[in-house]
Amino acid sequence: MNTNRKLATAHRAQKIGFAVLAGVSAITVLPILWLGFYIVAQGISAISWDFITTFPSNGMRSGGIMPAILGTIYLTIGTALFSVPPGIAAAIYLAEYAPDTRWTRVIRLAMINLSGIPSVVYGLFGLGLFVIFLQIGTSILAASLTLSIMTLPVIISTTEEALRAVPQDFRTVSISLGSTKWQTVWRIVLPQSVAGILTGVILGLERAAGETAPILFTGATFFLPHLPQSPLDPTMALPYHLFVISTQVPGMPIQIQYGTVLVLLVFVIAMNVTATMIRSRVRARRQW
Amino acid sequence: MNNQKLPALLAPQTNWSERVTVALVRVAGYLSIVFVSLICLFLLREGLPALVNVPLLSLFGTTWYPIEARFGLLPLLLGSLTVTIGAACIAVPLGIGTAVYISEIAPQWAKETLKPLVEILAGLPSVVLGFIGILVLAPALRRALSLNTGMTAFTGALLLAWASIPTIVSVAEDALNAVPRSYREASAALGATRWQTIWMVTVPAARSGVLTGIMLGIGRVIGETMAVMMVTGNAPVMAFGPSALFSPVRTMTATIAAEMGEVAKGSTHYQVLFLIGIVLFVFSLVINLTVFYVGARHAARKQRLLS
Repeated sequence: MNTNRKLATAHRAQKIGFAVLAGVSAITVLPILWLGFYIVAQGISAISWDFITTFPSNGMRSGGIMPAILGTIYLTIGTALFSVPPGIAAAIYLAEYAPDTRWTRVIRLAMINLSGIPSVVYGLFGLGLFVIFLQIGTSILAASLTLSIMTLPVIISTTEEALRAVPQDFRTVSISLGSTKWQTVWRIVLPQSVAGILTGVILGLERAAGETAPILFTGATFFLPHLPQSPLDPTMALPYHLFVISTQVPGMPIQIQYGTVLVLLVFVIAMNVTATMIRSRVRARRQW
Repeated sequence: MNNQKLPALLAPQTNWSERVTVALVRVAGYLSIVFVSLICLFLLREGLPALVNVPLLSLFGTTWYPIEARFGLLPLLLGSLTVTIGAACIAVPLGIGTAVYISEIAPQWAKETLKPLVEILAGLPSVVLGFIGILVLAPALRRALSLNTGMTAFTGALLLAWASIPTIVSVAEDALNAVPRSYREASAALGATRWQTIWMVTVPAARSGVLTGIMLGIGRVIGETMAVMMVTGNAPVMAFGPSALFSPVRTMTATIAAEMGEVAKGSTHYQVLFLIGIVLFVFSLVINLTVFYVGARHAARKQRLLS
């Protein structure tokens, strides 16, 4: 009798507990859904062909945001150029070559630290090294380099994970057929893991594209009357533009603000969804 | 890994181009160390002169007013602390609750809805959070709590809670998933309900991973810049107690972001801003070293347990 009651209590506790955690999860994600719908609802009316293809005018208060969109694209490409090749190479070293020694542990420690450094500290570092010491000046180049170093640990760790997911047998077979280690890596392991690598690269670049703090003092500028002429010019960028028009411009029409945030959101979520789709397609098709 | 020794005769001839490639790959492998050292070096190079130019005692002052060369860092530290504690109080229960729900309880469809949403939140630029904070959250809080201004530490804490939730959820969920199935089965066989199993077996078994998630989440909050700069009102004042949570503050990160654009390079103010950067760097270093060693110790323990 007593045991029965205890059991009943335990099961009631479980029911309540499950409901509470379902509620907690709802509290966590509902604001995200709401945010998405709200921004679309508020911003959609500002979106037009003109909005994404013309320069701002009247001190940002009218016109479009084309230079900011283009600037973010430039910065994303720049970041990809500087972070993807060394990132993949570093991951190949860690996954395929690195012996399990003290130095390898130090590399991992350094990577963990890199990924934890606050974005504004990257901004300071970029200012100190690229802008001032190397005299590149506030420019697309300096900002891309800063963002690359910030993105590097993401790319290294996701790529390494993708490489390690390739079964050991593939390597053994390749080696036994007489290929060298590098041939095995280049012709067998990399092609097998390219989708996983791509997912990681896109997620890393997504973060870089949305960042403001690292480019504040390294390459972002408030307004340019013309597009940047070279990588040594500063550029406008979507996140920085959003920051400026929502905090620094008095009498800024709310429409344009919501339109800008919607464009940034679409940019970022499109990258996110692409990455997720690649990942799930590969998982579904994977034979091993 | 994968260094099976082949007999010399069978080993393929490695040519010079392979040697060069492998050397390059090795160099890339060491890049992380190079960059951490460079970051350290340049922060120190620009920031350390502040210790010479500003008397040490006045750095511990309670007034941050750079125009009159008063560089008291305490209000900024306190601002960061208030926002971080506030955010952690919100994010930890929500994050762990969500992680447990996703990993242990949720039906498949709920899992497949929750995970992508959390991932999207992880990729949300912090300036977007700040924007919503200014236009929606701050006015709403001001009305709801009848405050003078909605730009308070609490507004920042609320936003940063959501900025850190994805980190906590994903790390904690990974840790929970890594708990062997047999633990749960053993617990069920002893007559425990799933609910009892979760809190007495699964979560304790995953505790170092859960703790890692919390620490990384807190690290994210301390380093968060744009959202917190946009919504906390930017007032570098000393405020204590619960009322401090509902007044404007200014964090270390926001101070750097707001003021670096306007200082002359090489001035004392500029050096002090780099000094704040050093403080932030040290914070993140401590958090990540702890995570690394807790994680490493745990991994070693797990190896012992499972082998």
